[in-house]
Amino acid sequence: MDIKYYPGCTVKTSARNYEASAIAALRYLGVELSELEQWNCCGVVHTLSTDDLMKQLAPIRVLKHVEQCEEREEVVTLCDMCYNTLSQANRLVKDDPAKLKTVNTFMECDDSHGGYTGTVRVVHLLQVLRDTIGFQAIKKKVKYPLRGMKVFPYYGCMLLRPGEVGIDTPEDPTIIGDLMRALGAEVIDDPVKIECCGSHHTVGDRSIVFERIERIIGRARSKGAEAVVLSCPLCRFNLDTRQQEDRTIELPLPVFYYTQLMGVAFGLDEAVLGLNEHRIDPRPLLREIGYQKKGEYGRITT
Amino acid sequence: MTIHVHEQVHRPRVSDQGFDARTPKVRIYLMGKEYQVPNVLTIMAAIEYAGYRLVRGCGCRAGFCGACSTIYRKTDDYKLYSALACQTLVEEGMYLVQIPFVPAVKSLYDMEEITLTDNVILRYYPEIARCVSCNTCTRSCPQGIRVMDYIQASLRGNIARAAHLSFDCIQCGLCSSRCPADIKHYHVGQLVRRVYETRIAPKSPHLARRIEELDSGVYDEEMNRLMTSSLSELKQRYESRKIEPVSED
Amino acid sequence: MIKITTRRPASDLVERVAELSGQSIFACYQCGTCSSGCPFIEAMDLHPHMVLRHLMFGMEDVLTSKTIWVCASCFMCAERCPRDIDMARIMEALRQVNLRENVDHIKISHMTEAELEGVPQIALVAHFRKNTG
Repeated sequence: MDIKYYPGCTVKTSARNYEASAIAALRYLGVELSELEQWNCCGVVHTLSTDDLMKQLAPIRVLKHVEQCEEREEVVTLCDMCYNTLSQANRLVKDDPAKLKTVNTFMECDDSHGGYTGTVRVVHLLQVLRDTIGFQAIKKKVKYPLRGMKVFPYYGCMLLRPGEVGIDTPEDPTIIGDLMRALGAEVIDDPVKIECCGSHHTVGDRSIVFERIERIIGRARSKGAEAVVLSCPLCRFNLDTRQQEDRTIELPLPVFYYTQLMGVAFGLDEAVLGLNEHRIDPRPLLREIGYQKKGEYGRITT
Repeated sequence: MTIHVHEQVHRPRVSDQGFDARTPKVRIYLMGKEYQVPNVLTIMAAIEYAGYRLVRGCGCRAGFCGACSTIYRKTDDYKLYSALACQTLVEEGMYLVQIPFVPAVKSLYDMEEITLTDNVILRYYPEIARCVSCNTCTRSCPQGIRVMDYIQASLRGNIARAAHLSFDCIQCGLCSSRCPADIKHYHVGQLVRRVYETRIAPKSPHLARRIEELDSGVYDEEMNRLMTSSLSELKQRYESRKIEPVSED
Repeated sequence: MIKITTRRPASDLVERVAELSGQSIFACYQCGTCSSGCPFIEAMDLHPHMVLRHLMFGMEDVLTSKTIWVCASCFMCAERCPRDIDMARIMEALRQVNLRENVDHIKISHMTEAELEGVPQIALVAHFRKNTG
C-alpha cells in the first residue's frame, strides 16, 4: 500500500521525529508513506468568519494540488491542526459551491480548468491505522508488547472537534487508547484527555499553557500514568517543552507520539524514532520496560 | 517639498530612437494623462518619449537593478499587472504608474551571530507566518520567481530550497507592495540566501585562495599608484580604459 | 434601581456579530454550559455565556474584554451547546470586528528571540491568525 501524506510545516521542523517514526512504523506494516510533491502551510486554524474566504485559500490550494496535480482521492495528515483545517475547509467548499467557485476564480482556475472540485478525502494517519490497517492486524505485528507500561492517551481538540470533522466520539474518544492496548500497554483514562493544551498561547502567554498542562499532567499522574501519548505536534510542544519549563511540576511525564510507541513495540531502533529529541527524556522509562534489549521487553509484573 | 517620480521636460526623443512617423502608435496613460507613443518602445522609453525626465525609478535600464517597478492596468482587463519599465514593451490602452520604491524595513542582523535553526527566518521576519498562500506575490513578480513557494519554504525552515527559488530576485519590491499579509519578501529572500551561503553551501576553495592572495598584498602596489595619481592622470586612464575585453582576431 | 426599557440598543454590534459568525445570538437561554466546560475560564474576565448576554444588549464592552483573545477556538463550548450556538464563531467575529479596523492585538515586530525561536510553526501561524488582521 502506498499513501500520500501532507506533512505540514511543524512536521518538517520541531516534529521531525513524528514524521520519521511514522514512516518507519508504517513501513514495518508494509505501507509506504510518500510526501506530496508540493504543498503550502494549511493555515493552521480554520477561519470561523462567514466571509473570510482569503483565509481558505491555503487549505484549498493544498486540496487542489492533491486532486489536480497528483490525481489522488485521499490525502493523509500527521498533524492534528492540519487535519482539522484541511477537513473543515474541505467541508465548507463541498457544501457551498458558490464559495468554491470564488476561491477557484481567485486561483485563476475553475472546476473544468484545474480548479478544485471537492473530491478529496482528508484522513488522519490514526484513521488509516484504525480503519484501513486495523488494530488487530497491528497487534499481530507487535514483537515486544509494551507490557505493564501505563500510558495516558491525550487527544486535545483538533482530532475531535467540531464533531463534523472529528475522527472519534468527541466526549470519550478511544482511538489512541485502543491502539495502545493493541501494542500491549496499559491505558490510563481521564476526562481531561479532551481538554485543550493551551494551543497558540504558548507564544503570547505561557502562563495560560502552564495552567493547562499542570491540570493535564496532574490528572494523568494521579491516575498512575508513566507517560503521555498523543498525536498533535503543538500538544507535544506544550506538554513536553513547556512542561519541562514549568517549575511547579516536580515529576514530569515523558511525552510520546503514538508512532514512536508503535516503533518501540515493533522493535525499531531508537535513533530512527527520534527518542533523543524530547525535552523530557523518555528513554529511562523505555529502558525500564527493556527497550533495545532484544528478547527482554515487558516489565516483569507479579 | 515635492517628491517627483518623473518630471515633464518636453524633450521629444523621436530622432534619437531609430523610428519615424510611420511607426504604429499606441495609446498609453501616464498617471491618468493620455499619450500616443510608438509601439516599439519599452515603458521606460515611452515615458521619456512623452517628454518626461526620469529622476527616480530608473537605474540600469537592463533589467537588473530593480528600480523601475511599474504597475498598470489595460482598458479591457480587470487585472492589475506589474512589470519592469525597462524590460516591457508598451501596449495599447496601458494605464501606468511607476513604483520607484516600496517601503520595506530590513531587520537588523549580524551574519556572524546567526545560527542555523528551524526558525532562523521567523526570528527576523516573523510576519512570514501570516502568509495566506494567495500567490499574489508570485503573480506580481516581473522575474517569474515562485515567490510564495520561497516564503513557504522559509516558513518551514527549508533554507536551501528558499535560497534556490529566490536566486533571481532583483529586489524591485513589487511582491511586497501587493502582499495582503504585509510580508517583505525580498528581504526574506536576501536573508535566506545569506544564511544558505554562509551556513549550508559548500565552501569554495577558489574563493579562499583568492582572499589569501588579496591578503598577501598582490594589488597593494597598483592601488598605491592609483591613490597617488593626479586628476589628469586618472582622467587619462579612464578615457583609455578597456570597456570590454577585445578578442584577438 | 433597574429600569426596563423597550428601546433597542443603539449599537449595530449584534447584527455585525450575527452576520460574521452566522450564529443566532438570541437563541441562547443562558444555561452556562459553555462557561462550565471552558478550559480557559480562569484567564477570562467575562465568561463565555456573559459575552453572549452582553452582546444581546448591544454592550460594546465585549469588544474590549480579555475573553475574546483568550479563547483559543478549542470548540468545547460549540460541541456542548444545547442550543447549537457555535460560541467559537462568536468569539472569532468579535476579534474580527476589532482586527478589521486595522488594529492588531499583538505587535509582531516587537516579538523577542525567546518568543520566536524553537516555537512550532503551527503555534506562530495560529497566534498571528487569531491576533492580527
